[in-house]
Amino acid sequence: MFIITCPFCGERDQSEFSAGGEAHIVRPKQPTELSDDEWADFLFMRKNIKGVQFERWNHAHGCRKWFNVIRDTSNDKIHAVYKMGEKPPQK
Amino acid sequence: MSENFRSLETKFLDKTNRISFKYNGKKYYGYKGDTLASALLSNGVHLIGRSFKYHRPRGIMTCGSEEPNAIVQIGGNSSFTEPNVRATEQEIYEGLEASSQNCWPSVEFDVGGINNFISPIIPAGFYYKTFMWPKKLWYSLYEPAIRMSAGLGKSPTQTDPELYDHNHLHCDVLVVGGGISGVIAASISSDNGNNTVLIDDKSSLGGTTIFQDDENFKINDEKSSVWLNNKIKELENKKNLIIKHRTSLAAYHNYNYLLARENLADHKSLNERSNKLRQRLWKIRAKKVILATGAIERPLIFNNNDRPGIMLANSVKKYIDYFGVRCGNKNIIFTNNDSAYETAISLNKKGINVTIVDIRNSSSSMLVKNAKNAGIKIYWNHTIVDTKGYRRIKSIQIMEISEDGTNVIGDKINLVCDNLSVSGGWTPMVHLFTQSGGKLKFRDSDQVFLPNTAMSDQISIGSCNGDFELDDIIKNTISDCKNFLSSSTTDFDLVKVNCPKQKESKNIWLLPNDKPLGKTKPFLDFQNDSTAKDVKLAMREGFRSIEHVKRYTTTGMGTDQGKLANMHALGIISETAGVKMGSLGTTTFRPPYTPLTFGTIVGRNVGAFFDITRKTPMHDWHENNKAKFENVGQWKRAWYYPKDNESMHQAVQRESKAARDSAGILDASTLGKIDIKGTDASEFLNRVYTNAWSKLGIGKCRYGLMLNEDGMVYDDGVTTRLDDNHYLMTTTTGGAANVLSKLEDYLQTEWPELDVWLTSVTDQYATASVCGPNSKNILKKLFPDVEFNDENFPHMSYKNAEMDGINCRIMRISFTGEHSYEINIESKYGKSLWEKCMEAGKKYNITPYGTETMHLLRAEKGFIIVGQDTDGTMTPIDLQMDWIVSKKKYDFIGKRSLYRSDTMREDRKQLVGLLTDNPKEVLEEGAQIVQDEKKQPIEMLGHVTSSYFSPNLNKSIALAVVRNGKKLKGQKLYVPMKDKTINVTVSDFIFFDSKNERLNA
Repeated sequence: MFIITCPFCGERDQSEFSAGGEAHIVRPKQPTELSDDEWADFLFMRKNIKGVQFERWNHAHGCRKWFNVIRDTSNDKIHAVYKMGEKPPQK
Repeated sequence: MSENFRSLETKFLDKTNRISFKYNGKKYYGYKGDTLASALLSNGVHLIGRSFKYHRPRGIMTCGSEEPNAIVQIGGNSSFTEPNVRATEQEIYEGLEASSQNCWPSVEFDVGGINNFISPIIPAGFYYKTFMWPKKLWYSLYEPAIRMSAGLGKSPTQTDPELYDHNHLHCDVLVVGGGISGVIAASISSDNGNNTVLIDDKSSLGGTTIFQDDENFKINDEKSSVWLNNKIKELENKKNLIIKHRTSLAAYHNYNYLLARENLADHKSLNERSNKLRQRLWKIRAKKVILATGAIERPLIFNNNDRPGIMLANSVKKYIDYFGVRCGNKNIIFTNNDSAYETAISLNKKGINVTIVDIRNSSSSMLVKNAKNAGIKIYWNHTIVDTKGYRRIKSIQIMEISEDGTNVIGDKINLVCDNLSVSGGWTPMVHLFTQSGGKLKFRDSDQVFLPNTAMSDQISIGSCNGDFELDDIIKNTISDCKNFLSSSTTDFDLVKVNCPKQKESKNIWLLPNDKPLGKTKPFLDFQNDSTAKDVKLAMREGFRSIEHVKRYTTTGMGTDQGKLANMHALGIISETAGVKMGSLGTTTFRPPYTPLTFGTIVGRNVGAFFDITRKTPMHDWHENNKAKFENVGQWKRAWYYPKDNESMHQAVQRESKAARDSAGILDASTLGKIDIKGTDASEFLNRVYTNAWSKLGIGKCRYGLMLNEDGMVYDDGVTTRLDDNHYLMTTTTGGAANVLSKLEDYLQTEWPELDVWLTSVTDQYATASVCGPNSKNILKKLFPDVEFNDENFPHMSYKNAEMDGINCRIMRISFTGEHSYEINIESKYGKSLWEKCMEAGKKYNITPYGTETMHLLRAEKGFIIVGQDTDGTMTPIDLQMDWIVSKKKYDFIGKRSLYRSDTMREDRKQLVGLLTDNPKEVLEEGAQIVQDEKKQPIEMLGHVTSSYFSPNLNKSIALAVVRNGKKLKGQKLYVPMKDKTINVTVSDFIFFDSKNERLNA
């Protein structure tokens, strides 16, 4: 049960949030021009690594805003939180 | 029991408050402050229960939460009953009823005791090896028989009458454990201005120091117990300190999130606790955590080390010095270290006969000198090779240990006793530390695992950090707390400690014996009856991982989770395998630290509060009209309205007929409603639905199908254009929340450039759906100002109208295939709207119908229900709904996936209709469909998704998904059931009014 600092609401308990998978997977602007493989890569392929991972989170029981989180999946340490559309902070 | 073992004075109990309680039906007395264990011991009762596997008599071993044997059933057959309660923790109260577990007919004479004599043929893994064959006996014989003998206590069968609570707690510093280091830490922390919480699982603070009677342990020239008592009194006056007694920490999660169980009533009589909370689960967020959970004494592993009367040395000391109870009249101490000599000296001082057996050659510590000076007989370099006494220890046999420690030599000496106090050193309680993600290190000098690197902001202090000497404990606690809390000075800076130091130590995990191991019973896990030879057998059979050995032998898997002797199991494994203990590691310590009752875990979420129930504004009306309800998500929806003694089938047939013959009314308030506003609302709908939305006129409605990005149908519903930039979307009842969050996701993350705002209005509007040939007449009556002719108000259009000055949104849309209207009104007027509809429809026999009739009517018409006829693997093409997929739109969610090789396959499962050869025969939903019954293995083509008897067509109809179904129209297929096979023919899936004449009528 970790604590997430929502960029809009501040520090809140994990139970207020829902996880939304890997971050920075942009929906192709022209899907019809992609090959089956390219489309499948966007559709299905997600990383699931032990270590530092870029993730999407939603403050589902709060402001309902989506944002990005950099989390170490091995110890749940959160390295950074930043808004949608922003570039991940350089370490 | 005639003899009273409470001959000693004690200041810790309230001797004026005598309490009676029952144990195994017999009445006993104790005093306020006694635990069940101390009260029983004071009456000379040692035999408490029978062990799990061999049904060996077992007694009280310890005085705390680590107790493996003395677990009892509390509360008899009442609704308050609770199994597996540790007698060492349960405080007695007037009227307490306790009984032994796992024995029949009684704890004194137990039939299961036969297992003890056949133990050679039931070693570790006995069940795995024996009940493998013949396979068919498993269900009829093995499983029922094993279940009969499984478990220790009896689960309650009645509803728990007591209340439980959950509460949140936030603090700067949480101190866990109220022994001497916890008390010092709490004091330093609160003096330093931190909001501090101190929790302790006992009824009063002070740990083991508070009953330290030895004058040689001195703090600031006072007896250590006196000094500590004063410090505890000072704590009561600290402003920013909360002390929670009888509160044990259950779990330590990361980010310093901890769960603690506060016991509020278990020590009170039933009269005192009526309608009060029994337990409270604290959900604690602490900025910093100080663990002062102490250490527990280790037993020693020798032959027959489990008899009633064999106890841990420090526990015997607590029973004497704290509870004033003698555990016997003739005591033997068996030890490998100096700390047990404290017990010997205490016993000797109180005039109890005591002898010491020590596996060491000598010790030069002050404690040993004092024991010698007191004239206590010590057998150096000796070990116990056997014990006698069935229901209570009677004697022991000792032999000298050989030089290398692996064997015994010389003659057996027989020593008579009625109590054996054992000490094998100390194990720091690092459970909570490792639960929080901390890593351990191994200290070779005294063979203990200690906290090494912590994951969160915390420290371990005192004996759980490996300090076992009073002066080390105090010195390190003070300096560690100062560092941790960044405080420069404390009240304790000048504390002076004098104490006897421990000297020579010697550790043998499995003590040598004159008999071969196979002929002895050296117990490791007292509750689960696993012995050292079980562990060795597991190793011989090839188990190497400590986690595997644990599960194979069940060592450490009882309700005590092997707190006592897990270390010995590790030691024996490491010795046998020739691996260093430090690299072997430990088994995983998982929460909860001690068992939690289910009541505490669920708190107030019981009964009506178990789950949220959502009710529509018309709910009372449905209830008053005897509706049966169906759960749809969290909603209670009217299912059908039986009249007189109608069955469900009869009611649904009547309702369905009425809706098509004249008029029906459905409460559709539960449908998800999303209000969509913004200049890009039309473009947004274009992107989320498969069909085109740009040209939908204001005041018009359109059915939309929503896909997942993988091309599979996700939701459907009718969306109405209320204004230029304003739409009202409806979703399925169950999908409402998910659809909203999915749309929000796309808006916020993929299309932030769109000016669109989504608001859920599901709860804000109530909806009555009036359908049937007479629906128009009813609406005319309700809204006399509205023109209901087809030119002004055609199918799939919307009007705003007023009813008694209240605005209503009327949509002419239909899910039944009938001429139909959905009237939306602010929720608070929902019931009134419904009643007005009923009144206006009286003349036309308006019939309320529920979800079952709705499903039947729409199935007649071939309308799908997402989630019933689809299952996340159906594309619109599979559903034969090609017409709704726009070919012109450049993109929408899921479009690209409709052109993947797999989704384009022609032999996918497709939606079809099924007609049974016998029109009266109704298929079962979920039934499998096959083409060739003879073929083995039988090939499954698909399954029935919806099936009803249609009163309007007077025959059975069904929807099904069938492989390559589109091409099978007119073909015969088979639905094999348990007792027969039903013949069916594939048909069109629109059974009724395929030309939509009724819709537009």
